Amino acid sequence: MELAYLEISELAEKLRKKEISSVELTKYFLERVKKYGAENGLNAFLTVTEEEALTQAEEADRILSKDPNASFLTGIPYAAKDLFSTKGIRTTASSKILDQFVPVFNATVIEKLNSERSVLLGKTNLDEFAHGSSTETSAYGPSKNPWDTTRIPGGSSGGSAAAVAAGLVPFALATETGGSIRQPASLCGVSGWKPTYGRVSRYGVSAMTSSNDSPGTIARSVKDLAYTAEILAGHDPKDSTTSVKDIPNYAANLRSDLKGVKIGVPKEYFIPGMQPEVEARIHEAIQKLKELGAEIIEVSLPLTKYGSLVYAIVTPAEISSNLARFDGIRYGHRSEDAKELSDIYDKSRDEGFGDEAKRRIMTGTYALSAGYYDAYYLKAQKVRRLLVNEFNDVFEKVDALVCASVPNVAQKIGTAKDNPLFGYIADQLNIPASMAGLPALSVPCGFAKAEDDSSVLMPVGLQIIGPQWGEQNIFNIGHAYQTITDWHKKYPKGFGE
Amino acid sequence: MEEKNITNEYTPVVGLEIHVQLKTKSKMFCDSPNNPDETVPNMNICEVCTAQPGTLPVTNKEAVRLGAMLGLALNCKIANISKFDRKSYFYPDLPKGYQISQYDKPIAEHGYLDISVDGVVKRVRIRRAHLEEDAGKNIHPEGLGYSLVDYNRAGCPLIEIVTEPDITSAKEARVFLEELRNIVRYIGAGSADMEKGTMRLEPNISVRKPGQQELPNYKVEVKNINSFKFAEAAIEYEVARHIEILKEGQTPKQVTMGWNEKASQTVEQRSKEDVNDYRYFPDPDLPILNLSDEFISQLQSALPELPAAKRKRFKEEYGLPDEDIQNLVNWKELTEYFEEVVSEIQAWVKAEHTNEDMLKLMKMAANWCLQDFSALLNASKINPNESRITQENFAELLKHIADGKISVTAGKKVFSEMFEHGGEPDHIIEDLGLTQISDTSEIESAIDSVIKSNEKAVLDYKAGQQKSFGFLVGMAMKELKGKGNPQLVNEILKKKLE
Repeated sequence: MELAYLEISELAEKLRKKEISSVELTKYFLERVKKYGAENGLNAFLTVTEEEALTQAEEADRILSKDPNASFLTGIPYAAKDLFSTKGIRTTASSKILDQFVPVFNATVIEKLNSERSVLLGKTNLDEFAHGSSTETSAYGPSKNPWDTTRIPGGSSGGSAAAVAAGLVPFALATETGGSIRQPASLCGVSGWKPTYGRVSRYGVSAMTSSNDSPGTIARSVKDLAYTAEILAGHDPKDSTTSVKDIPNYAANLRSDLKGVKIGVPKEYFIPGMQPEVEARIHEAIQKLKELGAEIIEVSLPLTKYGSLVYAIVTPAEISSNLARFDGIRYGHRSEDAKELSDIYDKSRDEGFGDEAKRRIMTGTYALSAGYYDAYYLKAQKVRRLLVNEFNDVFEKVDALVCASVPNVAQKIGTAKDNPLFGYIADQLNIPASMAGLPALSVPCGFAKAEDDSSVLMPVGLQIIGPQWGEQNIFNIGHAYQTITDWHKKYPKGFGE
Repeated sequence: MEEKNITNEYTPVVGLEIHVQLKTKSKMFCDSPNNPDETVPNMNICEVCTAQPGTLPVTNKEAVRLGAMLGLALNCKIANISKFDRKSYFYPDLPKGYQISQYDKPIAEHGYLDISVDGVVKRVRIRRAHLEEDAGKNIHPEGLGYSLVDYNRAGCPLIEIVTEPDITSAKEARVFLEELRNIVRYIGAGSADMEKGTMRLEPNISVRKPGQQELPNYKVEVKNINSFKFAEAAIEYEVARHIEILKEGQTPKQVTMGWNEKASQTVEQRSKEDVNDYRYFPDPDLPILNLSDEFISQLQSALPELPAAKRKRFKEEYGLPDEDIQNLVNWKELTEYFEEVVSEIQAWVKAEHTNEDMLKLMKMAANWCLQDFSALLNASKINPNESRITQENFAELLKHIADGKISVTAGKKVFSEMFEHGGEPDHIIEDLGLTQISDTSEIESAIDSVIKSNEKAVLDYKAGQQKSFGFLVGMAMKELKGKGNPQLVNEILKKKLE
C-alpha cells in the first residue's frame, strides 16, 4: 500500500537501499494493474505485459546491484499509451483496424526507457488513434476516472492518466496533439508534461497530426516529470523534426522558490462558460506562485480564439493523410468480404475505423482537395504562424504563462457522445500552445464540484506554458508550486489505500 | 525556312517526363538497401518503407547531392530552398497511401540540354527536376486470382526530369534520352538503364496543324516504354495516329496510352477524365531542404567532364570521326578505358615519335576499342574494367603492331589471348611464336627460293597477271611460317621481280 502513491525518486531510493527489488516492485504494481486496471475495473490497460516486465525487472535488479549510479528510472515500472510501437507486443492505437497488430520495432522513447531498464507493465487505453478527449472513441470502451468511475478520465491519454492517478504505475508515457496529456492529467489530478514539439522523438508513435504530435509523460509530481524528460528528450536520427539542442539536467536544476520569475496570466484564457470554481482554484494557485516570489503580470493573447479553428483544419488534414496507410494491404484489418481492390480499401477501412476517425478523414480530405487547399490548409498555416508570433512576443516579457488546463472538471461518461465538438471545447485552453509547439504542464491545484453533482469533488489542473525549449522554466514553476502545496499527493479512494 | 514553329506541315510537339533511379546505398527515406538488381521479392524492406505505424522518413543526403548534381549538369538553377510534399492516392504498391515527392518547390528548375541531331544543334529546355521516392511493384500471377506486392523498389530514390515540349521528332527524343543517359552515368548518379527500369520515360505527345502557332489543346501520355527503340517507335506511332485524326478535322482524345511491345502499337489505358486529386501538401515529417550557395558551387566544380565537352575534345585532340566519338562516348566505361590507353600511349610516343604517329595511334586505339574489344566485351557481357586486359598491355600491343613487330592478324590473336587469359603481350607473342620477321636477309632468301620453284607464276606476273604477285606473296609468307613482315615481303618481292 505504501508503495502505490510514492514518487519515482522515493521508489528509486528504496531500490538503491535494497529495501525492495525491482522484481518485487514490478509484481506489486502488476497486481494492482490486474486488480484495478483491467476491463472490469478502470479499463485503463488494453494489454498487460507480465512476462516481459518480470524479465526486464530481473535485468534491472542485476544493474542496480552492480551500478550504484544507475539512473532514477532503472527498475521503475511504467505503462505506455497504446499508440507507442512496442516490438513483439500488441499495439492497437485503440482501433479495431489494428486489433491484432504486433509491431516489429520499438518507438524511440520505448528504446530509451528499455536502455534505462525501466519496466513496461502494459499498454494503456486511449481515444482511437488519439482522436478524442475522453477515451470514449476507443474501440475497447472508455477508461474510467479513478476519482469517480462514472466520469471520463479525459483523453486521449486517458488510460495513462487513470493508471497513474489510481497508483497502478508510478509514471506513464502519453502523447499530445492538442491537449491529450494536459487535459486527462488535469481531470485525473496528476501531473502531465507536454514537451516542446521536436524535443522528444515521434518515431514509433502512430501519427495523428505530424506537425503537432509531442510524446510526453504523466506522473505523480513535476520532479518525476523532470526525471523522465531528461531520459526522453533529445535528437533522434530517425525523426528529422527533433532538435539537436542540449538537454539540461532538468531535475537537478529545479528550484523551490520563484524569485525573479515573471509569470504571465493571459486574460483570454478565462473564458465564458468556465466553471467558476475552477477559475477560483486557478486564482488561488496564482496567489501561491506570488508567495513563492514570482512576479505576476497580466498579458493578452488576442489570437487565442483562433487556435481551435486552426486546429480544426490542420489536424484532420494531416490525419487524413497519416491514416491512409491503414489500407488492409500489408497489416491490420482486412475485410473478409473484400472481393476486389476497391473493396479491400473501402470495406476494411469502413469496418476498421470508428466514427471519429472517419469524421476526421473526411473533413481532412476535403480540406486538402484541389481548390480548397489554399482556402483552408494554407490559410490555417498562416494563422498558425501568427499564433506563434504572438506567443513569441509575450515570452519577451514573461518566463511562462499560467491558466487553467481545462475549463471544467470531468463530466459523466456518455455525455460527450452526441457532441462532436466536445473535444474542441475540452481542449480549447491547450490547443494554442500545441499549435505553436510550446512546452506545457498540467499540475493538480485543488478540487471543484462536478457541474452535475455538487456532492462529487473532482480534480482541477493548473496549466503552465513555457516558451519554445523552455522546459526548465515550467518545471521550475511546477516544482516550486508542489513544494508548498500537496494537491499532487492526494489520491482517490477505492484502490487499496 | 519560316519561323520554326510555324510550318506548312504537321509538326510533332513532344515533352518528356523521365524518371531516373539515383544510385545510392540506401533508399530515399530509410536505411533499406537501394539495389535495382535484387530479384528476391521483399528482401530490401524495413518498417519505414513498408509504412508501419509510427515510422518517419529521413532524407537521404546522398540522393539530394546526386539530384542537385544532375540538375547542374542539365544547366538548371538549383533551389536554395526546396521542400517535400505528400502526393496522395491509394494503390497496393504505395505503402503510405501517399508518395513523398516535390510539388511546387523542386530541387532544380529552368535548365536546358543541347543535343545534336543530324549535325544540327537543338536546345531542349528542362522545366524542372524533382526528387521523389519510387513505389513498389504489383505482381499478378496468371490465373491465380490474386496479386502480390514486392516492396523492394518502394522508397528507392528517383529524380523526375520534365522537359518543355520542345522536341519535334521521335529521333530528337531518342537523342535526348541517350544524351541524358550519358550525363547520368558520367556524373555517377545512376545506371539510367531503360531495360532494367532505372530510367523510365513518359512522353507527352501532340501534333501542331500546318500553320498552327500555339501549342495543341490536347496531349497524350504514353507509358510502358522500356527501351530507346520503343521510345522512338511509340512517338512515331502516336504522331502518325494524331495526324490522321487531325486531317479528319478532329482532335485526338486526351488519354494515357500504353506501348504494346508485341503489337508494336499504343493502346489506350485510361482516359484523363478520371484524373486523381493528389491532395498535395507539405510533408510535416520533413524539414525544408536548405542548400547553400557554397554547397551548390562545390557541386558545380566537382562536375566531371560531360559528354558534350568530351566529344568536342576527342575531335580536337584525337581527330576521331564523329561516329566513332559518339560510339565511344555512349559507353562511359569504354571511353574511360580508351583515355587510359591513350595516356599510356602518350607516355612513350612523346619520346620516340612524331605528332602524326600519335594521331595514327589514337585512331588505332579508338578502332581497337570500338571493334575487337567491344565485340569481346559484349560477347561476355562485361565492362572494360572487368576485362583481363590492362590499359598498359592494351597500349603495348598497339605499339608492337604499329612498330611492325607483329602483324595485325597476329595482333588480333594476341588480343583474344589477353582477353581470355590475361598476360603481357610480349610473353604471348613469344609463346605463340608470332614475332614478325623483319630481317631482310631472311626474307630475301625465302623469296629467292620461292622464285626459283615457281617459274610459271613469275612468268605470268611478268606477262601482266597481277594475281600471280599475290600468289607469290602467299608462298613467301608460307616459307616464312606466316611471320614475315608483309610490307617488307611485298617490297622485296617487287624489287626481285623487276
